[in-house]
Parts: sequence; C-alpha cells; structure tokens
Amino acid sequence: MNTSYKKKRAAGNAVAYIALVIISIIWLFPFIGLVLQSFRSYDPAVEYGGMVDYLVPKHFSLDNYRFLFSGQTNFLRWYLNTIIIAVFVAIFQTIIILCVSYALSRMRFTGRTFLMRFWLILGMFPGFLTMICLYFLLKQFGLTQAGAVPGLILVSVASSGMGYYVCKGYFDTIPKALDEAARIDGATRARVFFTMTIPMSKPIIIYTALVAFMAPWCDYVFASYVAFGHDESYNVAVAMTRWVWTNDYQGYFTRFCAGGILVAIPVTILFMCLQKYYVEGVTGGAVKG
Amino acid sequence: MGDSIKKVLSPIGEAVTKGDWKTKVSLLILGFGQLLRGQILKGLAFLALEAAFIWYIADFGGKYVIKLSTLGTVATQKVGRKTVYGDNSFLILLFGVLTAFVIMAFILVWYLNIRDNMEAERLLKAGKRLPSNKEVFASLFDKNFDKTLLALPVTGIFVFTVLPIVFMICVAFTNYDKNHQAPTNLFTWVGFQNFEKLLSFGSSGIGRTFVQVLVWTLVWAFFATFIDYFLGLAVAILINKKGIKLKKLWRTILVLTIAVPQFVSLLYIMKLFANDGLINGYLMKWGWINSPIQFWVDPMLARITIIVVNIWIGIPYLMLIATGLLMNIPEDLYESARIDGATGWQMFRNITLPYMLFVTGPFLLTQFINNLNNFNVIYLLTQGKPLSVNLAENAGSTDLLVTWLYKMTVTDTNYSMAAVIGIMVFIITAVVSLVVYNALPSVKDEEGFQ
Repeated sequence: MNTSYKKKRAAGNAVAYIALVIISIIWLFPFIGLVLQSFRSYDPAVEYGGMVDYLVPKHFSLDNYRFLFSGQTNFLRWYLNTIIIAVFVAIFQTIIILCVSYALSRMRFTGRTFLMRFWLILGMFPGFLTMICLYFLLKQFGLTQAGAVPGLILVSVASSGMGYYVCKGYFDTIPKALDEAARIDGATRARVFFTMTIPMSKPIIIYTALVAFMAPWCDYVFASYVAFGHDESYNVAVAMTRWVWTNDYQGYFTRFCAGGILVAIPVTILFMCLQKYYVEGVTGGAVKG
Repeated sequence: MGDSIKKVLSPIGEAVTKGDWKTKVSLLILGFGQLLRGQILKGLAFLALEAAFIWYIADFGGKYVIKLSTLGTVATQKVGRKTVYGDNSFLILLFGVLTAFVIMAFILVWYLNIRDNMEAERLLKAGKRLPSNKEVFASLFDKNFDKTLLALPVTGIFVFTVLPIVFMICVAFTNYDKNHQAPTNLFTWVGFQNFEKLLSFGSSGIGRTFVQVLVWTLVWAFFATFIDYFLGLAVAILINKKGIKLKKLWRTILVLTIAVPQFVSLLYIMKLFANDGLINGYLMKWGWINSPIQFWVDPMLARITIIVVNIWIGIPYLMLIATGLLMNIPEDLYESARIDGATGWQMFRNITLPYMLFVTGPFLLTQFINNLNNFNVIYLLTQGKPLSVNLAENAGSTDLLVTWLYKMTVTDTNYSMAAVIGIMVFIITAVVSLVVYNALPSVKDEEGFQ
C-alpha cells in the first residue's frame, strides 16, 4: 500500500472521528444537562429552581432528591405504580404474543388469513380514537381513577395480540421439520409449543418482554385520562409531565430533572443489558416489514 | 363466491330436510343432538351458550338494542329538586352495538352446532365411532390447539379494540358533543352532518383547518421518515467505516436515546428550546442574539424545531437497523466496484442505497404510517401549539390529526368530530398503505436482490 493512500485514509478517518465526536456531544448533551440540573437546589435561599441560563449549578445540592423521597408528594407511589404496570404488562403481553404467534405461524385453520387481514386493518385506526369508549368500559368495572393501575394493565394486555408480527416472523424461521418430527413421535401441539418452540425462542421472548416493559414508562396519554384527578394512581410519566407544565415562578423544573434521572437509570441499565436482543428483534422486524 | 356461500349454507338445508329428529331438535335446542349421542362435553357447551344468550338478551341487551334506532327518547328531567334520569344515549349505543355483535356470534354458534350435528350423523351412518369426550377435550391441546391459544387474545381484541372502534364509527354519525353529553342530555343520529362540516369550506365548516392540519401531518411524516432514514444510514456507514475504533462506544451513546423514556428526554429538550431555556440563555449571554429565538412560538420555527428534534430521536433507531443490514451486503460487490475504480460516493449510490431501499421498503412504509400518528413527539414538545386564530376547533400550527383528535376528546369533549377525524386518519393510512405497498420494488419483484 502506498503512502498517499494511507494518508488519504488517515485524513478520512480523522474527519470521521470529528463527526462522531460532534454527534456524541449533541446526543449526550440533553442527558448531561438533565443530570447537572437535577443537582441544582430549588430552595430560594440556595439557588433559583426555575429556568436559568447556565448549565452547571452554582451549588451542588441533593435537595431535589431529598424532596422526592421526603413523602411531600406521592413520588414513590407513582414509581411503584409504573413498575407494577410495566412488570404485569411485560409478563402477560409476552404470553399472549407467543400464543398468537405460534397459532398463526404453525397452525393452518379456517379464518387464519381473514384474522390477520382484519387485525391489520384494525391497526390502521388511531389508538386514541377509542379512548372515551375504553374509559367507559373500564369505569363499568371500577378500573378508573382509584383502580387505574389494573385498568391500564388490562387495556395494554387485552389488545396486545395484534402486535404479533416480529414474533411470528421469528417462529417462521424455525424449521417446521422439527415440529413434524416431534409430532410423529407422538408429541401433541401443546407439547411441541411448550417444550420445543418456547425454549428455542429466548431472544424473541426477551425482545417482546423488553418492549412491553418499556412502553408503560412513557404512557402519558391514556394513563392521564384514566387516572384523571386521582393523584395516587398516576404513573411517573403523568406526574412528571404535570410538573413540567406547571408554570409557577419557581417551577418544578429541577425536581422534574431529578425524578427523570431516577426513572431513566433503571430502565436504561436494563435496556443496555438486553440491547443485543433489542437490536435482533428490531432488525428482524424491519426487514420483514 | 356464490358457490362458497352455497357450500357454507348447505348444512342448514341438509339438517332441515334430511337430518334425523335429534338434529332437528338441535335447530332449536342447541347441543341436544350431541347430548343424546353421548358427546356430553360438546352438548353442554352448546346448551350453556344458548342459555347465556337468552339470559343476556332478556335481562340486559334487549332493552338497549331496541332503542338503537333513536338512541333514546326520554330526556333527563328535574322534578322539583330531584333529577329523574331518562335514557342514556351513550349506554344505548355502546350496549346496542355489543348486543348486535352478541347476536351475530350466536348465529355463528347456532351454525356450528348444526354443522357438528350433521357431521356426527354422517360418521354414525358410515359406521364410525364418534370422538369421545376425552378425545374432544384432548384435541384442544393438539389438533385444535389454535382455538385454545387464540381464544383469550381474540376476545381481548374484540372487547377492547373492535367494540370501541365500531362504537366510535357510530359516534361519527351522531351529534355527541359538549352540548349533548350523556347522561344529562340525549344525542341522536345526524347522518353525514359531521363529515359535511369537516369538509366544507364555508363559514360554518372547518374544512380549511382540516386541510392545513392534514397537509402538515403529511409534510411532517415525510420529513420525519426520510431525513431520519438517510441521516441514520449515514451515521451507520460512518460507524461501520473501516479503521474506526470504539464502534461499540459510539453506538451505545446513540442508543441511550432509545433507552431513556421519551417523556424524560423530550420534556427536557422542550425546556431546552424554551424562550427562557438554556439554548436561548447561552446565545444571549454570548451576545449572539438580543432577544430569545421563538422556537416554540413562531409557527414555522416550531415546525422546523420539531423535525430537528425528531432527528435526535430517530437516528439511533435507524442506525441500529442499518448497521445490521449493511453487514448483509456481499463484500465482493464492493470489491469488484473498487477494482473498477469506483469512488466511495459511487459505491454508495449504486450499491448501498439501492440495496437498502429495496430491503427496507416495507419498513419505510410502516415508519411513515407511524409518523402520521406520532403522538408523543408532538404532544410532549408543543402540544400542538402555537395556537392560531385562523384555525378552528382549537387546532394549533403543529397539531397532527391525532393530537387534534386527542384535544377534541379530552379538552373539548367534541366526541363526534373526534370520531370523524379518526375515520379520516384511518382512510389516509389505508390509502397510503395500499398504494405504496403495491408499488414497492420488494413486493413487485421479490427476487430482485436474491
């Protein structure tokens, strides 16, 4: 390899590194800002807690975190609500998606294509369209306001069967010959499903559960509607959003930052640990459409 | 078509004309034939379904379904100090729709019952044995395992998706708005009046607002999809470049955006761009500007800012997908191109891009559809603001159809118009999907890159 080529390549790499560093700064900036501002006190005696024009707080303080854990608000309750919703949704949604995917991928029954087309069409309706109707249905069972947490779980889980695409795509790649061999040996469909397909589907199960677990952390729309006015049933997204939109002179801004950090840390760590499976699922889903 | 209908209906005709007495009684008492033939499990199931149906209609559904044509006539009145509740249009419509579904389901059960009877007769005539109760039950885990697996999900989707959607489609043809709130006021059918209002450009209509929101929705979806797509691809290529070290680190930094819940990052960014936010603060402190840039106040600027912020959200996701796909492109394609003296740009234009577009065609379509309905980004950043006096029904300059729909439902309780908009979103989604899907190269020519 001659030197001019090497030089050219080194220059190209240098440009690439500069671009990557700039990209990294842009992408990290909001998170750095969030962390720094969460350490700015809201106590007027120490520092101003609203919007300011500097990034690094003048005094390092844990006031915001102290406030969150002090019991002055229901923060811990909101946090617990969100965890409960996320865990239950992750478990049940995964089970339902696995069942639907297996049935659609492996079994041939009357109405199979009709069902798939019908669900595809249903998915074209905007989700918020049915909000009042769902609210009312939940209210009939006492699952709004005070009962909002189980209500939200129920609604998320009930319709989750329609999200079978990625998982079915994965099942389709498992050779059918395996199923058939087991069935010739006398295994029932149910046995094949439980003892062969499920153990082979670890990546897709983790992906499905991870996506299901992450969604409730961002659920603002429906959660705020169902829990409306009942502080104890809020999830973190509803409660924190309310803090940001309260425009009193001090603002809850720094407290929102601290709360946001506490919400983001466990979810981010979990996501980073399972990133591999997420990438697999997302890429597989994208190619198959 | 005619043949298949005939085939479906033939068991009924056969049962009436040729069936034995057990089958004929089953026409009225479901499961009768099965019970007498010893298929207790099936028979009891059918019988229980019939009993449940009769009980449901008599005790609950019947009284709603008969009022479905008027949605109630008895208004709620105040007699002295007491409120005497009349008909509740909401309940009548909801349970009326439910009852209509229950009736249809019962007809299906009735049909299955007859078919099952005829099947049993045929088996007995041929001298074969009927499957025992145990076998019927066991088949639910083998031959009929699909029914076991799908029973719960299909029911869930029916109650929490199908029923509400049909209900809301019906609402679009009523005058259910803030002046007609159940249970105090009745609402009733108004035909296509709401659609006319949405599409009329006169003083009473909101056609102009609708068109503006629709155009912005499409423009937004277009930019949000394609800018993110190409930039994501570019970043993926950059990280994949030979000789770049710490690939994992760069990827992890970008992936943080996906990991952190959107309400945290987006609300923070919203505040970042606010008039009293950090960006304006620093620019003013450094003396670059004298007054804050109105990121969220100026309609045009707000739209641009949203698209820019969405790049921040979108790139990492596309980077992940593109990284996986780029590795699938056969390396020898590039090698032979290099031997022919192709430049990097030429290779990108003629190898990478066509391959990526081919493979990700369906994905781009789903992304576009998702962006049409991208509620979170718009709502957390601007809530559709800035509002404008030129727009009707509280629409803002950055409102998408879905955020407008949401505001109509929650803030204005104008349910009928919200339902109409929901139907419009559905129509747009369906049309875009059908047209684009059939034009996709990977659909037209499946073997193209294989």
